[in-house]
Amino acid sequence: MIRRTLLASAAVGLSMLAGGMAMAQDKTKACFVYVGPIGDLGWSYQHHQGALAVQEKYGDKVEIQWQESVPEGADAERVLTQMALGGCDIIFTTSFGYMDATNAVAKKFPNVKFEHATGFKREAENVAIYNARFYEGRAIQGHIAGKMTKSNKIGYIGSFPIPEVVMGINAYYLHAKKVNPNVELSVVWAYTWFDPAKEADAAKALIDQGVDVIAAHTDSTAPLAEAAKTGGKVIGFGQASDMADYKPSPRVSSIIDNWAPYYVARVGQVMDGTWTSTDTWAGIKDGEVEIGEITEAVPAEVKAEAEAMRDAIAAGTYHPFTGPIKKQDGSEWLAEGVTAPDGDLLGMNFYVEGITGEIPK
Amino acid sequence: MGGIDPALLIAALLTASVPILLAAVGELVVERAGVLNLGVEGMMILGAICGFITAVETGSPLAGFIGGAAGGAVLSLLFAVLVLVMQANQVASGLALTLFGLGLSSLIGQGYVGIKPPLTGAVPFGPLAELPFLGRVLFSHDLLVYLSVALVAGVWAFLKFTRGGLVLRAVGESHEAAHALGYKVLRIRLMAIAFGGAMAGLGGAYLSLVRVPQWVDGITAGAGWIALAIVVFASWQPWRALLGAWLFGGISVLQLNLQVAEVGIPVEYLSMSPYLITIIVLVIMSSGKGRASFAAPACLGQNFHAAR
Repeated sequence: MIRRTLLASAAVGLSMLAGGMAMAQDKTKACFVYVGPIGDLGWSYQHHQGALAVQEKYGDKVEIQWQESVPEGADAERVLTQMALGGCDIIFTTSFGYMDATNAVAKKFPNVKFEHATGFKREAENVAIYNARFYEGRAIQGHIAGKMTKSNKIGYIGSFPIPEVVMGINAYYLHAKKVNPNVELSVVWAYTWFDPAKEADAAKALIDQGVDVIAAHTDSTAPLAEAAKTGGKVIGFGQASDMADYKPSPRVSSIIDNWAPYYVARVGQVMDGTWTSTDTWAGIKDGEVEIGEITEAVPAEVKAEAEAMRDAIAAGTYHPFTGPIKKQDGSEWLAEGVTAPDGDLLGMNFYVEGITGEIPK
Repeated sequence: MGGIDPALLIAALLTASVPILLAAVGELVVERAGVLNLGVEGMMILGAICGFITAVETGSPLAGFIGGAAGGAVLSLLFAVLVLVMQANQVASGLALTLFGLGLSSLIGQGYVGIKPPLTGAVPFGPLAELPFLGRVLFSHDLLVYLSVALVAGVWAFLKFTRGGLVLRAVGESHEAAHALGYKVLRIRLMAIAFGGAMAGLGGAYLSLVRVPQWVDGITAGAGWIALAIVVFASWQPWRALLGAWLFGGISVLQLNLQVAEVGIPVEYLSMSPYLITIIVLVIMSSGKGRASFAAPACLGQNFHAAR
C-alpha cells in the first residue's frame, strides 16, 4: 500500500518534472501517431513526410517525435497519454480510428493541442480536426476506370466502412458510370488499413472474378504488386502516396496526400500562440490532394479529360457530387445541379444508385 | 456465387496458406522438442527481408529462399543462446525475439523499399498444366507450394518413423529421462530451434518474394501468430497443421471471393470467419474423444539444465 502511494507520487512528480523540462527547453515538440509503419509507402509514409517538412522548416526550434503501427483502440489512448506526459505540445493522430481516444486524452491534457485526421468529433477546445477531399481524386480515377475497363468490371478494396471510404467508393463509381453505363463495381472490405498479404489476396479475389481496374483504399502497395503479376491486363492507382515504382502500369495515376503545408502551418501557430480549434477540409484546390502523373498506359484523350476534370475541380467550377444523384434505394439525394453539402459527405453511410453491394453495418 | 471459379479459388488457397504452413510446421518441431518459441513473427519477418535482399542482389529467387531460411535460422540461434545457455524464460525471450525481429528487419530493409524482386515462376509441368481444372489447381504453382507439402510429409515421417524423431519427442516429453538415457538434450533442442527458425524464415521469404512481391515494413502483419495458433490447432500433428493452414488460408481467400461475388452474407461474418472457425475447431478438438490426442509435449516451455 505504502509502496503504491510512493510509486504514484513518484509518477506525478516525474510527469511534472517532464512538463517543467519541456517548458524550460523552449522547444516546441510536435508528435505524430501513425496507424502503420512509415515504410508502408502509402498513408503513414505520407504523413511522415509532413512531419519531416515541419522539422525542416523550423529546424532547432522544433522537435518531432512519432510512433508507428499504433493500433486503433485502447493502445492508442495509452500512447497518446504517454506523449502528452512526455512534453508534446501538439499531437497529430493520423487515422480515423483514433477519434475517441484523441478526444478522451485531450480532455485530460487541456494544455496540449490535439489534431485528429479524418474524424468528425471535437469534444474539447484543444482538439482540431483536419481531412483531405480524397473523393475529388476518386472522381478522376473513376473516370479513368470507366474508360479503361475492358471487362466492364471495376473493383475497390475498402478498409473499413466509414464515411471517408464510402465517399471514395461513391465518387469512383459515379464517374465510371458516367462514361461507361455498363460498368459494374465490386467492393471488397479488407477490415484492415495495413496487411500486405491480405490486401494482395483481396486484389487477387477481384482479378480472379474478372475485375480489370482496381482502386485500393488501404495503405500498402500490395494491390498494385498483385495487379503487376497480370502483365498489364489489370491496372490500378497509387493510393495516399504516388507509388511511382509501379509506373507506367499497373499504376496509371495516383492520389497523393500532401499534409506538409497543413502541418507546417499548424505547428507554426502553436509556436506563436495563435492555434485555435478548427475544422479543415482541403482538397485539390489547396494542394492537399494531388493527382499523380497519368501515365502513357492511358490513351491521350482519356488523360486530357481526366486532367480537365482535375483543373475544373481545382478552379471550383466542378464538384464531383453534383445532382441529380439518387441513393442506392432509389430515393433522391441531390436534385439537378445541387452540389453535396459537406455535412452529407462527412457522414456518408449510403451507396449511390447502381452499386449492387451493401455497406456493412 | 456465379463469378467464383473453383479452380482459381483452390489455387489461390494453396498459395495463400504457404507462409503460415511453413512457419507452423517449423514451430511444431520446436515445440515437440519441448521449446516454446513465441518469436515466430520476428523470425518470419527477418526471413522476409533477408530473402528479399538475397533475391534482389543475386537475381535468383531460389537464392532468396535460401537466404530467407538462413536469416530466420540465425535469429533463432539468438533465442537458442538465451533459453538454452542463459536459461532465460522462454515466453519472454520469444516475445523479445519478435520485437527485435520487427525492428531489425525494418532497419536493414531501409534501402529496399519499393524495389521489385525477381519473379518466381511456376514449376514447368508441361502438358500437365494444360489439363482442365486439375492443371490450374495442382500444376500451376511455384516450387515452394510443393516443397511446403513435401516438408510436412518429411516432418511427419521423421517424427513417426525415425530414431531421431523418437529422440526428439522424448526430449520434449521428459528431458530428464532423455538426459538420463544419454541424449544431448540441449544439442537436440538447438537443432530443433534452428530448423524452426529456418522454416519461419522461408515462410517470410515466400511473403516478400511471391505473395506480395515487394518489401514493406511489417509485411507479415501477424502471420507468425496465426502459425503459432495453428500448431495448437493441429495438436502438434504435422498433417493437421497442413489441414489447419489450408482451412485458415482457404476461408480467408473464400471470404474475399464471396464479397466480390456479392452473396448475401453480411461482410462482418465473412471477415471474422477464419478466426471463428479456428476457435470452434479448437473447442471441438479439446473436448470429448479428440481430447486424448490433444496433448501438448509434457516439457513444453520448461528449461533444462543437466545439473538440476
